[in-house]
Amino acid sequence: MRVMISAFVAALVIAALAPVVLNQFGWSAAEQTSAESVRLD
Amino acid sequence: MNYKILGAAVLALAALLVTPVWAQETPTVDRTSTGGAQTLEDILRRQKQLEVNDSFRSENTGNPEEAPPIAAPLGTRGGVSDSESWRAIRYNKIDPSTQVRGPAADVLIQDGGMPWYKLREGPILTYGGLALLGFIALLAVFYFVRGRIRIEGGPAGTTIERFKAVERFGHWLLAGSFIALALTGLITLMGRSFLIPVLGPEAFATLAAGSKWLHNNVAWAFMLGLIMTFVMWVAHNIPDKLDWQWLKAGGGIFTKSHPSAKKFNAGQKIVFWTVMILGVSVSLSGLSLLFPFQMPMFADTFGVINGVLGTSLPTDLAPHEEMQYANIWHSIVAFAMMVAIIAHIYIGTVGMEGAFDAMGNGKVDVEWARQHHDLWVAEVEAKQGKGESS
Repeated sequence: MRVMISAFVAALVIAALAPVVLNQFGWSAAEQTSAESVRLD
Repeated sequence: MNYKILGAAVLALAALLVTPVWAQETPTVDRTSTGGAQTLEDILRRQKQLEVNDSFRSENTGNPEEAPPIAAPLGTRGGVSDSESWRAIRYNKIDPSTQVRGPAADVLIQDGGMPWYKLREGPILTYGGLALLGFIALLAVFYFVRGRIRIEGGPAGTTIERFKAVERFGHWLLAGSFIALALTGLITLMGRSFLIPVLGPEAFATLAAGSKWLHNNVAWAFMLGLIMTFVMWVAHNIPDKLDWQWLKAGGGIFTKSHPSAKKFNAGQKIVFWTVMILGVSVSLSGLSLLFPFQMPMFADTFGVINGVLGTSLPTDLAPHEEMQYANIWHSIVAFAMMVAIIAHIYIGTVGMEGAFDAMGNGKVDVEWARQHHDLWVAEVEAKQGKGESS
């Protein structure tokens, strides 16, 4: 059972670290959103 | 002049009387309340996929000739308003340029939103939910008919190591993250229909935001678990002749026999390959959704399918269509996986005595192992006889 609990904790640790690591690689969700307004020329 | 107008009116009325069906399909809508813009009735007809005569929009894309002077109010853009420009884009009347830069910036309007939304809120949600509930009900019936599969003659009392710690870690990493993904995915898909009426919009907003965060980020643990279990178990899951014998005996579930099996029987191999194939597919569509517009896959996939099967699936997809296909496919595959995993959870817990120990502490009763994996036990004992570990 200890292995099971440690795997669950590991899944949460990976989830917490994922956005930090992605940010380090230069990817962030905020950059992917479009601008609030679109100006047409 | 008045006679001409009167004549036209009589003709129009006669046409309406003679062709009531036509009149019913495209009714004349009074748009004075919206200043000539579309009305709620227009929107509702379009959502019901009824014909809408939208010439009041498609023909209303601005006329620079009638523009007020540049210094007058509303004259700064040559008399063409934003709404007129957008209508012109909507009906391909102009070829605009935009200052927006970034992924999919060249798509300003895409028509697939409503069909995608209706598919997601309709058949996907309904049939997916019914499949889950139906399968759980089926397993409940099976449990009451067949009962728990017991160890014949009772447990031996001695154990044999079935899975090492690293194998159990990989399994639980995959299983734990999958359950988190399944629950948060269901909240995302069904929350609007089932949770908002219970929790209210404010509480659901918090739950939905948390679900989205967990779903997006725990996906990496799922993919790691998928890779770990594949590497550790693929060699034991290659199909062989023995699997056919096991399947012909129905795994002994109905006959209460015990067909021979190695480390994994045919049923477990089916679960393994189901999880691997669907797991890769749900991961790829999930990555496509995690990195919007960066990983389009469906146009190429449809191209391959068309080449093989001679179908005519669309291969010229807008970036947003790629995302819509990815979202729908992600949901379908996820539901199929959930059904398979519910069966796996059943047989690994309440369905079979002694099965959970294999992943609980890694050691199973020797009698259980002999009844369900006799050839594997013989193999382990032969190795132990030679002084090797299992």
